[in-house]
Amino acid sequence: MTQFQLWSRSTEDTLMIGERLGHMAEAGDLFALDGDLGAGKTHFSKGLAKGLGVQAMVNSPTFTILKVYNGRLPFYHIDAYRLDEDGEEDLGLLEYMEGEGVTVVEWASILRTQLPKNRIDITLKHVDDHVRKLDVYSNHDRYEPVFKELTKR
Amino acid sequence: MSNPRILAIETSCDETAAAIVEGGKTLLSNVVASQIEIHKRFGGVVPEVASRHHVENMTAVIEETMSSAHVTYEDLDAIAVTEGPGLVGALLVGVNTAKALAYAHQRPLLPVHHIAGHIHAADLIADIKYPAMALVVSGGHTSLIYMPERGEYEVIGETRDDAVGEAYDKVARTLKLPYPGGPEIDRLAANGEVTIDFPRAWLEADSYDFSFSGLKSSVLNYIHNANQRKEEVIQENVAASFQASVVDVLVERAQRAVSAYQAQQLIVTGGVAANHALREAMGKTFPNDGDVELVIPPLSLCTDNAAMIGAAAQVVWEKDVRAGYDLNGQPGLAIK
Ligand SMILES: Nc1ncnc2c1ncn2[C@@H]1O[C@H](COP(=O)(O)OP(=O)(O)OP(=O)(O)O)[C@@H](O)[C@H]1O
Ligand SMILES: [Mg+2]
Repeated sequence: MTQFQLWSRSTEDTLMIGERLGHMAEAGDLFALDGDLGAGKTHFSKGLAKGLGVQAMVNSPTFTILKVYNGRLPFYHIDAYRLDEDGEEDLGLLEYMEGEGVTVVEWASILRTQLPKNRIDITLKHVDDHVRKLDVYSNHDRYEPVFKELTKR
Repeated sequence: MSNPRILAIETSCDETAAAIVEGGKTLLSNVVASQIEIHKRFGGVVPEVASRHHVENMTAVIEETMSSAHVTYEDLDAIAVTEGPGLVGALLVGVNTAKALAYAHQRPLLPVHHIAGHIHAADLIADIKYPAMALVVSGGHTSLIYMPERGEYEVIGETRDDAVGEAYDKVARTLKLPYPGGPEIDRLAANGEVTIDFPRAWLEADSYDFSFSGLKSSVLNYIHNANQRKEEVIQENVAASFQASVVDVLVERAQRAVSAYQAQQLIVTGGVAANHALREAMGKTFPNDGDVELVIPPLSLCTDNAAMIGAAAQVVWEKDVRAGYDLNGQPGLAIK
């Protein structure tokens, strides 16, 4: 497990970070996002989808819980905001995460115990109106160089 | 046959609903089993109970729909169902029920798009005049849809982040208001004043898209900062100021779209169309004696229901579209 700390100084910055990761994402990759309301989880997801080559409008999945898009790989955008912490609900979300595509989960801690272990955890912290701190925990060697580079900016 | 009698089923989100509509215009019965009470207990979360409750409610809802319309399956010409978009598990309950009924009674199966449903709720109270523009505003959707003629839908604008209803719910939760948050904010705003200048996301000059995440963040920042400075947060004023920003943007978009596309009618529909401030502002912008007719279905037809699915199914019937028994729920279905 490696830890990184990234800074985003604008909405565009967060989009760009997501996009960089989306470029290298491979089938089965899982990004678990946390952070307060309005921290930028959906914007990070929009960037990542762009990196994956998704053309369609990616917007908040809070109400539908799951949105599916097609890019270079399928993109599964999940939001656990409306889900129950300890419900043993079977929404079949796990099948998507282990499937052919790339998954981003907003409000991931709500599903924490049910998430596959192999994932990239990112917590977005609101610093001020424009600045966000991203705490990253990753056990993917593949992403390490990019995270290192993004840390240096 | 031009006036088919259609049994329609809707389970795309939290409501289990069925209705019988004749010729897309006449409502014979309309039953909705809402899970709002369940959600109130949990503060709006736990939609996974949705699928289970759809299953539990489905049979009773259909029985009541049939008996209150005084019809038997012999009297029906088709079975219609919401195919998407929506929650996967929830959609499947409706789709499978409709397939079973269509098969058992040998009736055609009509696939309906949920948003087309919201739009055609207007058919139940008025005659839609084409070209028409529809503003669909709800918890999961915020779209402007242009209809050059009956059965043709072109999405010209949609939200780039949060849906309007979602922004209402998230702001309401931050203000610690009970669920559902929309009506609460509406009620508070009526007693408040616009004292805070929250942002309006105008986006590019020619865009019909929406964005509410900036407004959401801005309201959260305001509350957060006030709490830190130990200043009093006047909920009524926050609600009124937030609502003013939302309404300004919705009205501007609708007005610009209607005039650019020379629409004869503007239909405002979806759960958020129940909002008083929005209704009032739209009413002022599109007055009775104006060039553009404003159609806002009554509350019971704006929130999720199956009557609207029955009305939209009429269009599907006219186009001769029929689904096979391989019909599936399509969570991300696009409107065409
Ligand atoms: N550095 C930044 N990174 C990301 N977003 C930022 C940044 N600075 C400002 N913002 C703004 O913050 C908002 C983030 O909203 P967004 O909906 O992406 O957050 P979220 O974490 O998905 O919220 P929710 O908890 O409601 O799902 C946007 O309006 C965005 O423009
Ligand atoms: Mg989000």
